[in-house]
Amino acid sequence: MATETPYQVLGVKSDASADDIRKAYRKLAKQYHPDLNPGKPAAEARFKSISAAYDLLSDPEKRARYDRGEIDESGVEKPRYSYRPHAEGAQGWKYRPEGEMNVEDLEDILSMFGGARRGRAGRAGEGLRMPGADRQFTMTVDFVEAATGGRKRLSLAPDEWLDVTIPAGIEDGQVLRLRGKGGPGLGGGPSGDALIEVHVAPHPFFRRDGDNIRMELPVSLTEAVLGARVSVPTITGPVTMTIPKGSDTGAQLRLRGKGIHRRGKEGDQFVTLKVVIGEAGDPELASFLEGWAAKHETDPRQGMGS
Amino acid sequence: MMIGLDQLLLQVVGLDRAEIVRWVENRWVLPERHGDNWLFREVDVARVELILEIRRDFAMDDEAVPLVLGLLDQVYSLRRQMARLCRAVDCQPPEVREAIHQALPPREQG
Repeated sequence: MATETPYQVLGVKSDASADDIRKAYRKLAKQYHPDLNPGKPAAEARFKSISAAYDLLSDPEKRARYDRGEIDESGVEKPRYSYRPHAEGAQGWKYRPEGEMNVEDLEDILSMFGGARRGRAGRAGEGLRMPGADRQFTMTVDFVEAATGGRKRLSLAPDEWLDVTIPAGIEDGQVLRLRGKGGPGLGGGPSGDALIEVHVAPHPFFRRDGDNIRMELPVSLTEAVLGARVSVPTITGPVTMTIPKGSDTGAQLRLRGKGIHRRGKEGDQFVTLKVVIGEAGDPELASFLEGWAAKHETDPRQGMGS
Repeated sequence: MMIGLDQLLLQVVGLDRAEIVRWVENRWVLPERHGDNWLFREVDVARVELILEIRRDFAMDDEAVPLVLGLLDQVYSLRRQMARLCRAVDCQPPEVREAIHQALPPREQG
């Protein structure tokens, strides 16, 4: 509650003259003086506030400052009040401007750009309807997953994830759009989309070539010379392949339909043979070849001009 | 906290009754009506002090006051809207805030 003003303490009007104030003070001071009221603390307290009031009002400068609200009744500087915190606070909405300047609602401001860009501005009073924001993510899938397709769970937070369907044959850097998995819309607008940029990790021996898969297959000299049936990895698991007799390094074999299947077409897997002699060669093989070579002289570099 | 007219006159030094009645009639200040009394909120009291100050310190008459109040109301209204918008932006994920920051045109063009 408001404390008494010094005018009230002295029982004078706010336009009282200096003379009136002095007279009022003297009268009250006599009445409440501690020496005249021994053992009466209430009188002493009263006397103190009378003195303080007179101290303030008898000084023309202090009185003027008090009248202007610059100092309070005890002479303490009042903090300079500010309208701003009130105007910008919750109560400030009361004093919004009327008339042509219509900034009543944030929706009006948002519709200035949201509406122009999206072409969905609500009419006045209808509220703004705006699609939610798109959210962007990246994920890495391994080579075989990318080639065959499948489902993969993308964790966004400990309790939030997206189940992403990877289409067979997705390429590195391709962006998948999950409709409605982005931010929520405003005012009943549709949710945004989740945009997922997919990176494909390289594989130790498979390579993509469009919808075909290429790889190099090491074969032994024996397999190359005599032919063999060997197990070959493909993106869908190992298959058995026949290496024809007398196959050379660089010979290319096709596994039909073992590439990427998409858009109703089936890619192939191409296997390039690479003959490997093995570490340091075999002494027995070496001595055999010494005898054999004498009877079968050939020059694989014929025609190279050396 | 809400106060009545008598309390307001006590609290706001230098305010007289005829003045505040005129201001309310002019709709410069909008107290709530409660029976025969008016109830002033903090914002109303601060506004009364503001009007008192602009009249006294800038020697403004009754013609100029509504003009100044109207402009102030527009400024504060815009500032409240800006504050709401900024809070909405603050709630966005960092990449969105960054995108907004990037999209702000330079001041010379803004």
